Amino acid sequence: MLQMIRERWRQGFRTGKFPKEEPILPPRFRGLPQFAGECPPDCDRACEVLCPFSACKSVDGRLVLDLGRCLFCADCPACPQGRITFGNDYRLAVRQRQDLLYSGGEYPLAQPLEPERLKLFGRSLKLRQVSAGGCNGCEADCNVLGTLVFDLGRFGIQFVASPRHADGLLLTGPVTENMRSAVLATYEAMPAPKIVIAVGACGINGGPFLHSSEVSPGLDPLLPVDLYIPGCPPHPYTILDGLLRLLDRRELSSSTASALEYGESISFAHLRRGGTVTNK
Amino acid sequence: MKTLNPQLLKNGEAIALELVDTLDFDDFRDCLLEEVRKQGRVAACFGVSAAGESSELELFALVARDRNACVAVYRTRVGERFPSLTPSCPQMHLFEREIAEQYGVVPEGHPWLKPLRFHNAWRPGVDAWGRPADQHPRSGEMEFYQVEGEGVHEVAVGPVHAGIIEPGHFRFQCYGEKVMHLEISLGYQHRGIERMLLNGPHPATMAQMETIAGDTTIGHGLAYCQVLEALSGCEVPAKAQSIRALALELERLANHVGDIGALAGDVGFLPTFSYCGRLRGDYLNLTAALCGSRFGRGLVRPGGVGFDLDPVLAGEMLARLKGIEGNTIGAMEIFFDAPSVLSRFEGRGRLSRSVAEDLGLVGVAAKACAVPRDSRFFHPTGVYRHLFDDLITEETGDAMARAKVRSREITVSIELLRRIGTSLPEGPIRAPVGPLKADALAIALVEGWRGEVVHVALTGGDGRLRRYKIVDPSFHNWSGLAMAMRDEQISDFPLCNKSFNLSYCGFDL
Repeated sequence: MLQMIRERWRQGFRTGKFPKEEPILPPRFRGLPQFAGECPPDCDRACEVLCPFSACKSVDGRLVLDLGRCLFCADCPACPQGRITFGNDYRLAVRQRQDLLYSGGEYPLAQPLEPERLKLFGRSLKLRQVSAGGCNGCEADCNVLGTLVFDLGRFGIQFVASPRHADGLLLTGPVTENMRSAVLATYEAMPAPKIVIAVGACGINGGPFLHSSEVSPGLDPLLPVDLYIPGCPPHPYTILDGLLRLLDRRELSSSTASALEYGESISFAHLRRGGTVTNK
Repeated sequence: MKTLNPQLLKNGEAIALELVDTLDFDDFRDCLLEEVRKQGRVAACFGVSAAGESSELELFALVARDRNACVAVYRTRVGERFPSLTPSCPQMHLFEREIAEQYGVVPEGHPWLKPLRFHNAWRPGVDAWGRPADQHPRSGEMEFYQVEGEGVHEVAVGPVHAGIIEPGHFRFQCYGEKVMHLEISLGYQHRGIERMLLNGPHPATMAQMETIAGDTTIGHGLAYCQVLEALSGCEVPAKAQSIRALALELERLANHVGDIGALAGDVGFLPTFSYCGRLRGDYLNLTAALCGSRFGRGLVRPGGVGFDLDPVLAGEMLARLKGIEGNTIGAMEIFFDAPSVLSRFEGRGRLSRSVAEDLGLVGVAAKACAVPRDSRFFHPTGVYRHLFDDLITEETGDAMARAKVRSREITVSIELLRRIGTSLPEGPIRAPVGPLKADALAIALVEGWRGEVVHVALTGGDGRLRRYKIVDPSFHNWSGLAMAMRDEQISDFPLCNKSFNLSYCGFDL
């Protein structure tokens, strides 16, 4: 018993200060894409072919990157001119599929639920998670929200064991042929009104398995989606940020906003401090 | 019978296909049984459509001879039916079911011939079970083994489970609380990966390899890269070898520590549950410091690695590791010291050594039954050739033994990280990978955190992939879980299941 108390003392208090304080992410983290300069007028639109997941399109001479298809690859082969890089901003969740079509500038972060559903779920949201062909990456990053670092429960959000107890379905994976009916049955079993959240590139548009005949291109063809959280897999803070935005629980202080603008300097400051990282 | 004189190859090697004789089926069978009798184990067995007009199927079996650090290759041809080897060699049971499902051929006399992943055969118009070839099979639609009698009842669980966990179906035959038999039916996660690889590698292949099982991103990514490097004769620079091993051990640490925490949670021992849940993230964040992704996406690339590790970052990572190490050891000590924990773990889900060997179990599950299986030890590549000598086994074969294997491997891996991190070579981190050799076969064995990950590639005359076989450790080990549940209380299933912690998507592919 004494040993257990001693251990408790040693392990310390570890719950993060999010959302009051912004998480410190590693310098090599790949978040919101950044586009260097303009596409040259004589661009041969190689990106449309070079991205293996067809995430790039050239529209009226502008590069449009579909974050729903993008895997945030470290070795992004899409632009031979190297215009595409990934920044440090982890906030990526949106409400509409077309909001994921990004060509620089301000990113249309998720707006809260409409008043009726917000009133119902704003202070208590119970989610049923279903993996339908997910690789256990997105699942792991949802699971981790339950640990004491994130402590999802303090926001009134909880993963529940039965669809009958759930207000929303959180889906990962591209929806395999073999899981399609189970996904639909789970949705049917939830009492209305309900919400649907697609987490990860697979759930949004099929991810790396887009071209397989054994999967659906994500959840869109099957169910109405209320929140899209892109990434492969999304960082836990990306998921948490999205959930909180949906519930109108995310207020951005001015210091946070300016810190995010200088994402790079945050990272290097963290390197100099010798890496006392509080995020998980 | 022909004498055993097969082509041998080492981990990470390729050989020309023409060197591998095509045996008569009877010789193939005799050789395979003899190999297994001499303690060889079937690392991979798969079919591939014979070249040209022939409707025959070629079968390849790769038998790992652990003590000689090599793999023996056997090859034969079969028609629409062939005599099953499973009755005399239980290791073959899932491989034969897989071949039946993929190519519509029937292994005659297979005692348990049921679909594995519920997809249409790759060859049009055939099906080993006579299911209509023009519709997608319905997952879970098969005859389950059933026990009848007074007081016997059946419990069906899944595919959707009560937690954040992948889907699978479990069918228990119970007498009261006691489980007489558990049948596991998977395939819900089937994404068709092996089929998408035909004629590859494609631009999307690397990303698919990293998501075969997302928690084994490094393990599967590494196996794939080693196969490509073998087929193209690429020499991976020393520094890249070190960074790869570092990432593989970090992956092992994150998952083992997470598993110890989850095991603690399953028996309601909350201190270790809480600490390890957090510590798992600390290890993942070390991987993220290296490559930006907590799961190591983008790190391992054909020819080397995608991210460099300079001495400053290495020093910083080791400093962070020191802090995490103390907390990890502390969290595990209170766990293995608590009588309430020991009484729940000891004797639960026991597997005998002979069952583990018969089923060809690998990784943590095998090591817990005193079966030495570790490709870092028996088939080392890269830095493991001179750095790894600490093969962990336990004797009791129960949930306790599986927990102990993990905890002891945690200390070994931390030591390995330290040794790798303090002796990083200088030099480049990536070498160019040329075109793949035509008509060749290559194998890679990587000891992922669950156990041995096997990738085998077969190229055609054009140097493209004619067949690519992936064997996740879970492929073998799910059968071990089913056997471990016999005569256990059904209420102990979560505990036993977690003590194996197998991958659904790694099995389903």
